[in-house]
Amino acid sequence: MTWPRLRDLLTTYLFVAPAIILFLVFSLIPFLKVFQLSVFEWDGISSHMQFVWLNNFRTALFRDTSWWISMRNAGVITLLALSVQNFLALVLGLIVDREIKGKNFYRVVFYIPPVLSGIVVGLVWNWIFDGSHGLLNHALTTIHLGQWTRAWLADPKTAIYGIAVIHMWKGFGWGFVILLAGLQAIPRELNEAARVDGASEWYIFSRITVPLMMPVFFLVSILTVLGTMQIYDIIVSTTNGGPGYHTEVPITRILAAMVGSSRFGYACALGILFGIILLAVSMVQMRLSKWSARFS
Amino acid sequence: MKPFLKFFAPLALVAWGSILFSGCNKGSSSKKGELVLWHWMTDREEALQQLADQYQKQTGIKVRLELYAPSDSYASRVRAAAQTNTLPDIYGILGESRDLASFINSGHVANLQEALAEKNEGWQKQLFPKALATNTFKPGNQHKVPPGVYGVPIDVTNIQMIYNKDLFKQAGLDPDHPPLTWNAFLDAWHKLKAAHIPGLVSGWGETWMIDCFASNYAFNIMGEEKVMDTFRGKVPYTDPDWVRVLALFDQIHREGLLVSGVVTMVNKTAEQTFANGKAAFAFNGSWCVNVYKGMNPDLSFSTMLPPKLSDKNPMRIWGGAGSSFMVNAKSSQRDEAIQFLKWLTDAPQQVLLSKETSNLPSNRAAVGQLPPSLASFASQMDATTHPSQWAVTEQPTVTEALDKGIQSILVGEKTPEEVAAEVDALKKQQSSK
Repeated sequence: MTWPRLRDLLTTYLFVAPAIILFLVFSLIPFLKVFQLSVFEWDGISSHMQFVWLNNFRTALFRDTSWWISMRNAGVITLLALSVQNFLALVLGLIVDREIKGKNFYRVVFYIPPVLSGIVVGLVWNWIFDGSHGLLNHALTTIHLGQWTRAWLADPKTAIYGIAVIHMWKGFGWGFVILLAGLQAIPRELNEAARVDGASEWYIFSRITVPLMMPVFFLVSILTVLGTMQIYDIIVSTTNGGPGYHTEVPITRILAAMVGSSRFGYACALGILFGIILLAVSMVQMRLSKWSARFS
Repeated sequence: MKPFLKFFAPLALVAWGSILFSGCNKGSSSKKGELVLWHWMTDREEALQQLADQYQKQTGIKVRLELYAPSDSYASRVRAAAQTNTLPDIYGILGESRDLASFINSGHVANLQEALAEKNEGWQKQLFPKALATNTFKPGNQHKVPPGVYGVPIDVTNIQMIYNKDLFKQAGLDPDHPPLTWNAFLDAWHKLKAAHIPGLVSGWGETWMIDCFASNYAFNIMGEEKVMDTFRGKVPYTDPDWVRVLALFDQIHREGLLVSGVVTMVNKTAEQTFANGKAAFAFNGSWCVNVYKGMNPDLSFSTMLPPKLSDKNPMRIWGGAGSSFMVNAKSSQRDEAIQFLKWLTDAPQQVLLSKETSNLPSNRAAVGQLPPSLASFASQMDATTHPSQWAVTEQPTVTEALDKGIQSILVGEKTPEEVAAEVDALKKQQSSK
C-alpha cells in the first residue's frame, strides 16, 4: 500500500473513530453488560458479584407471578390501544382527510396530547378520575348516574381500564398523523374514478383505501405495541402500580427489582426477557405485514 | 493536504479531544482547602449554602455544595460514582440499611465512631440517639458490616397521626384531647362521619407508608421480638397476631374511614387533601409542618400517636434520622469533612437549619427553640423505631407482597386471611432459596 493511500485510509478511520467509540461506550458495551449482569446476583454497589447461571431467568419465568401479572396488564392496555385507539385515529384521519372547514386546526389539536409529558397527562387525568372531587364523577352525578361514581384509578375493577383510557388519549395523535399521511398518499384519481363508476363510500373504503393502507396499518400497529408495552410514566403519575398489582406493567417491575430490592442482575434478566418478547411480537407483525402485502 | 481535510481535520481533533478529556473527568473531586458535598434537598439548598458560606468565613475552608434532584436521580448518581470511585468528600445515601451496608462493605463510607466518642462522647451526646441509631451497625448485624456509626443526621423525623383541630370542633370533638385508643378513635370517626367530614388520608399509593402504618400496629399487637422472629422465619405470617394486624385494614375499609382513592394516592396529593381541610386525619411525617405551611398557612392541626389497639406493648412509630451525611472513606480530606459535619450539627447551625426549613433538628439542644407544631413531633422521638435500627429486616419482595396485599384488603378485594396466606407462601419460597 502506498503512503498516500495509507494516509487516506488512516484519515478516514480518524474521522469515523469518535463516532465508533461513542457508539461502543454508550450503546454496545452497556447492551452487552446487561447480558453479563443478568447471570449474576448483584446489588448495584458492591464489588462482589455472585455468578448464578440462569437462575434469574428461571425465577422470572416460573416463580415471579407479579412479572406475568404485569405482562398481562400491559397486554390488556395494548389490545385496547390496538383496537380502540387506532380505530379512533383512523376515523379522525378519514374525517380530516376530507375537504372540511378548519382541517388544519384539527390536525394540530389531535397532535397536542402526544407531545405532552406523560407525567403531566397522568396528573391531569388523576384529577378527572378522582373519587371525591373528580370531573368524571361530577359529570355522572349531574346526569343522575351517581350510583356509577367511584375512585376510578383505585378500584381494582376499573384501574387498568382507566390507565388504558389515559394512554389511548395521549397516544392516538401518533396513529392519527401516520394514518393521515398514508391516506394522503393514496392517489385521488383512484377514488374519483371509482365514484364516477358509481361505487359507494364503503366500497371505496373497503376495496381501495384499506388494501393500499395495509403497510401503514402494520407500521402503526407495531409502533402501538412497542409504545404501549413500555408504558411507564402514566402509571407512575397515577397509580404507582396499585391497587395491589392491578396496574403493574413490565417496566415498573424491572424498576422494582432494581431500585426497590437492589437486585440488579434480576432486573437485567427481566429486561432481556421483555426485549425478547417485544422482538418476537414485532417479528410476527412484520411477517404478517409481508404476507398481507403479497395477498393484497 | 486536500482542502476538505484542512477544514475537517481540526474538527476531528476537537472530537477526539473531547472524548479523551471527558474520560479524564474525575467528577467532583475536591482540592485542598475545599470540600465537596453532594445532596438532593432542594428545600434545604439555600440554608445549607448560607451555612457553607458561614463555615468558609470561620475556617477558610470552602464547602462546595452540589445539588442533584430529584432524589431518584441523586441515588443513581451516587451509585454510579461509587462504582467509579468518584464520590465526593461528603454525601448522603438514599435507601435502606442494606444499601448503606453495601456502600460500607465496598469501602465508601468512613466509620465515625471514634470521632463521635472523642472528648467524652461530646459530639455523640449532642445528637438524638435514635437518629444516630439509623446509621449504626451493631456487632453481629445481618449485613456483616463492622460495628460503628457511619453517618451523621442533619435533621430527624418521625411519622405520626395528624388531626385537623377545626374539623374536630365542627364534629363536636375536643381538639385538645385526641383519641388515644383504637376504640376511641373509631368513636371519633363516627362523629366525624355524622358531620359529613372525611376521615383519614395518607399517601398509601407509596407502599412504604403502608408498611410504616402496618409495622406500628405489628409492634403494638405482638411486640418487637415477635416481629423480628417473623422476619427470621420463626413465626409465620398466618399467626393470629399478623392476621389481627391485617384485620385492622379490613376494619378501616369496612368503616369507610379512608378518603376515596387513598390506596393509589401519592403523599403529595394526600398532603394537599389534608391541608385543604378535606380530611380530619392524616398519617404523615414531621416534614409535613413545612409542607402544610406552604399549602395552607391557616391550617390548625396537632399530632397524636396512632391510637393503640393493644395495651400489651407500647405504640412505636417510624422515625430517626431524617437526612444523613456520610464521609467518603477514600477522601484525602476525611478529617476536614468530619470537622465540617461536627460544626453543621452544632446547636447554633441546627437552630438556623430548623428555622429555615421547618425540620426537626438532630441536635437535642436545638429542640427547645421549636414552634409548637414541630415540638409535638420532637416530643415523641423516644417512641421511634425504624427498619434500619432493627436487628433483622424483612426481604424486600416479602415486604412488597405484604404492602400490596394490604392495598387489596383496603379495596375489599381480599380478606386478611388470604393475604396472610399469600405472604407466608412467598416468605417460605424466598427462604427456601
